Amino acid sequence: MAENLIGADIAPPDLRAKITGRARYAEDFRAEGMVFAKLLASPMPHARVRGVDTRAAEAMEGVLGILRASDLPGDDPGREKALTDEPKYEGEPILAVAAVDETTAAAAVEAIRVDLEPLPFVLDPLDSLREGGPDARLDGNVRRGREVETLKWPASVFEEAGPDTLPMGEATVEWAVGDVEAGFAAADAVVEETIVHQSVTHHPMEPRSCMAYWQNGKLFLHGSTQSTARTRPVVAAMLDIDADDVVLVAEYCGGGFGSKIAGSPIMAVPAALSRKIGRPVMLRVTRYEENYIGRARAGFQGWARLGFRADGRMTALDLYLVQDSGPYGASDFTTAGLVSSLSYQPENMRFRGVPVYTNTPPRSAQRAPGGAQIVAMLEPLVDKAARELDVDRLEIRKINAAGHDGWVGANQGGLTSAYVREALDLGASVFDWDAKKALSGRREGTRVTGVGIGLSPFVSGTTGFDGLLVVRPDGKLHVHQGIGNLGTHSIADTARAAAQVLDLAWDQVVVVWGDTSKHLPWSSVQAGSQTTHAHTRANHAAAEALVGLLQELAARDLGGSPGDYRVADGRVFRARDRSVGMDFARAARRAIELGGKFSGGEAPDDLHDMTKASVAGLAGSGLVAAAKDNYPREGATFSWVIGFCQVELDVETGQVEIVDLASAADCGTVLHARSLAAQTNGGLIQGVGMAMSQRWVFDPKWGIPFTKRFYTARPPGILDVPRSLRFAAVDQPDPQTPVGAKGIGEPPVGAGEAAYACAVADAMGGRCLCRTPLTADMILAELEGRPRPYGTLETHV
Amino acid sequence: MLQPDFIESRRGGFTRRKFVKGVIAAGATVSAAGYLFREGGLPALGLSAQGAVERMVTLAVNGRQRRVDVMKQEMLAMTLRYKLGLTGAKLGCDRAECGACTVLIDGVAHYGCSILTHSVRGRAVTTIEGLEQEDGTLHPVQQATMDEGGFQCAFCAPGFAMSMTAMLAKNPNPTRDEAAMALSGNLCRCGDYDKILNTAMRAAELARAHA
Repeated sequence: MAENLIGADIAPPDLRAKITGRARYAEDFRAEGMVFAKLLASPMPHARVRGVDTRAAEAMEGVLGILRASDLPGDDPGREKALTDEPKYEGEPILAVAAVDETTAAAAVEAIRVDLEPLPFVLDPLDSLREGGPDARLDGNVRRGREVETLKWPASVFEEAGPDTLPMGEATVEWAVGDVEAGFAAADAVVEETIVHQSVTHHPMEPRSCMAYWQNGKLFLHGSTQSTARTRPVVAAMLDIDADDVVLVAEYCGGGFGSKIAGSPIMAVPAALSRKIGRPVMLRVTRYEENYIGRARAGFQGWARLGFRADGRMTALDLYLVQDSGPYGASDFTTAGLVSSLSYQPENMRFRGVPVYTNTPPRSAQRAPGGAQIVAMLEPLVDKAARELDVDRLEIRKINAAGHDGWVGANQGGLTSAYVREALDLGASVFDWDAKKALSGRREGTRVTGVGIGLSPFVSGTTGFDGLLVVRPDGKLHVHQGIGNLGTHSIADTARAAAQVLDLAWDQVVVVWGDTSKHLPWSSVQAGSQTTHAHTRANHAAAEALVGLLQELAARDLGGSPGDYRVADGRVFRARDRSVGMDFARAARRAIELGGKFSGGEAPDDLHDMTKASVAGLAGSGLVAAAKDNYPREGATFSWVIGFCQVELDVETGQVEIVDLASAADCGTVLHARSLAAQTNGGLIQGVGMAMSQRWVFDPKWGIPFTKRFYTARPPGILDVPRSLRFAAVDQPDPQTPVGAKGIGEPPVGAGEAAYACAVADAMGGRCLCRTPLTADMILAELEGRPRPYGTLETHV
Repeated sequence: MLQPDFIESRRGGFTRRKFVKGVIAAGATVSAAGYLFREGGLPALGLSAQGAVERMVTLAVNGRQRRVDVMKQEMLAMTLRYKLGLTGAKLGCDRAECGACTVLIDGVAHYGCSILTHSVRGRAVTTIEGLEQEDGTLHPVQQATMDEGGFQCAFCAPGFAMSMTAMLAKNPNPTRDEAAMALSGNLCRCGDYDKILNTAMRAAELARAHA
């Protein structure tokens, strides 16, 4: 019996490379004859390129080529591509220059004259919804379904709302469960607020640098991506080539957080430039450029009304969200509707929302897209109601928490499992909620203590992807992974599912990843907390297929029927007589001799074409088993993290110090305990950063951002958080997935952000600023009863 | 894929033959690159053409003497990454905000992106590649990372490791608070600070055991 791998702390196989400097990220690759590209970025938030004069640049010694938007496929200006002739935010790349070195490329960029016709621009979604207000795009200002259209609200909508309440005109998305008005009629306490959540740039540590070259008609691309298998077709589409002609090498990804789910549009630049000039091209993306092209979380201007009975049960939730979609769109707001329904299981609910385009950097999913924002916006309001009703803040969350029979969203879909109350109790015990809540409002000198809880669910699993395993003639099990390696350790941890089925020691497992020429299976995107769930399932399915092949092989060679054989410890043997059997090395050699289905000569029909091609590529290399995850599942899979935060607020300076941060999770069976704690702690800290210090500020006259770097939009540093964080997991298996594990990437972000926001409000005697980030000047103005130094609905403060 | 040491020297305008001659003439691995940096109105186009722009210096990197051509305005991180093939130090921000490029100069942690290469002549430069011993024995900081399963995306890891190394040389017995202070010049966007501090404490323990 091999060791139990599920839950064990096993360092991932790439760690030594990471800590010795051998791990190669995109910008660490070099190719013979490699040259450099620089981008020419729009100096205006919205403009049309009327003409470009590149003569001076092209005459410069060392300049090798210039790439324009027209060199890239696609001519719909509404769809983002790497370069554009209608820039829709300051910093959007217009063209790129390749030169023998970066200096020359930069000099050439400066020598290029671009004739830009300024177009109307808008930074605040509400400005665009006013009659006569500017549209961020030429085709409209909002998205309804698949269409872009122009939506303006009558002036009366704004007048009736006044300056401090969200105006709520026609929405583009609307749904209801029950009768929200009846719910409020039944409520003993009603809380209503207008709330602003800022947009936040992802800023992974590794900018999206990329190097590309072509060989024998194939593109070799070294890029930074969260997902390997799923990036290849995206890159191919950006260049209008076959996915088979893309070799993507992405063994390491220096952070993505949703900003590099399937690579980045900018990958097309070095790829297309290299094709054009016949030299390898490195595009080194700077932090400054990353701020613009590196994606951001969509901001919300929202309004919420919550109704509760005296016992704390939520009778009604009415929500309206105006989303800042950036120039190319986002779907956070619809997810926010789902997540809020799941958080509180309101007896009645109405959701309305409108996504509005703005001329600010593009949005994409950012860890718990929509979920983190709405959790951080609503949780302080739940606290407000709890105070009014004199219900304990932990209790009110338990009262409204989803159980296994819970529901989510407009169609009230079911769940696979929900151990939310267990997670609340566990977190309360880890944090010592009963003792901590007694500290609420305690003042020592100028510092006042506040404590808060943040309950945060998010989708945590998909199904239907492929697993691909090979037992090589040396007896090792190769687990081929099409998912990416962005630091969650799931590249290795999901392979455990296969080893566990085979009862195989971990040192006999080789994880193969990060290079599409290595025959990888079709996989989920490494995003949305899908991977742990999707790929423990896929690897489990492939391992079961492998067991079947081993049994068949053994019966064929050693007699008896396949059912007489078992697999463990790198052998297949008769259950009744362990001495009759063969080891994996022999099985692999026999599989190669026999060929056919044993060695990748055939593949199941239901596999994705990419997996089939990989199986064919591996044919004859050993005992090959591939399978699609066809395990049944009813309902949607969600995980929960409950964050607990204790702060001390200095009432003289407005500064907040986090004294304690703890959390508990329901994410099914724990696959890798230490890594799970790290994921959760890190997510909490990212969430705290959004509520604490990360901000967007724009020059409203010119539409350009001031907060362009780490120091102006600072993510938390090591001194901003407690020296130790505590975490515990409920560790109950999800019954509808074979290993029982659910994902964890997303939910901690909202948990940290909400717990922090609630703790700050608690330190202020329950007064909620109802916005992020909570900066010292805002807090001080509130404490001192001065007028707010910003408009209630103002974004980018 | 070639080794970076050699690739560095093959830029535009340089034929293989010229390059080989250049190596023979200079007796060292040389390069003419000047990425990122601006020199007057003209780009640096190569050792032979723009010899005045670059100047050959000797750097003591990871215990070896490395001869390399550098421009006067060149930063150490660029020299290490693009001319000496030492890509362990990462460029996360280019401008002293994140610490991913941290290296040691005479044992003191510095941001490689913000120190002029010329200014480290005659001083001992240590990068992440220089921590591991030749027989593969890991430095206590590296071993501690293995023991604690340190870091997530790990783009910041080489920088943190160098700051940790510098810290241990000065303070072999740090508290978590002192370790946090010593590492506060490094940013981890994954927010893995708890585990980084566990690693720092474990590294101190290992270093003391070896002392």
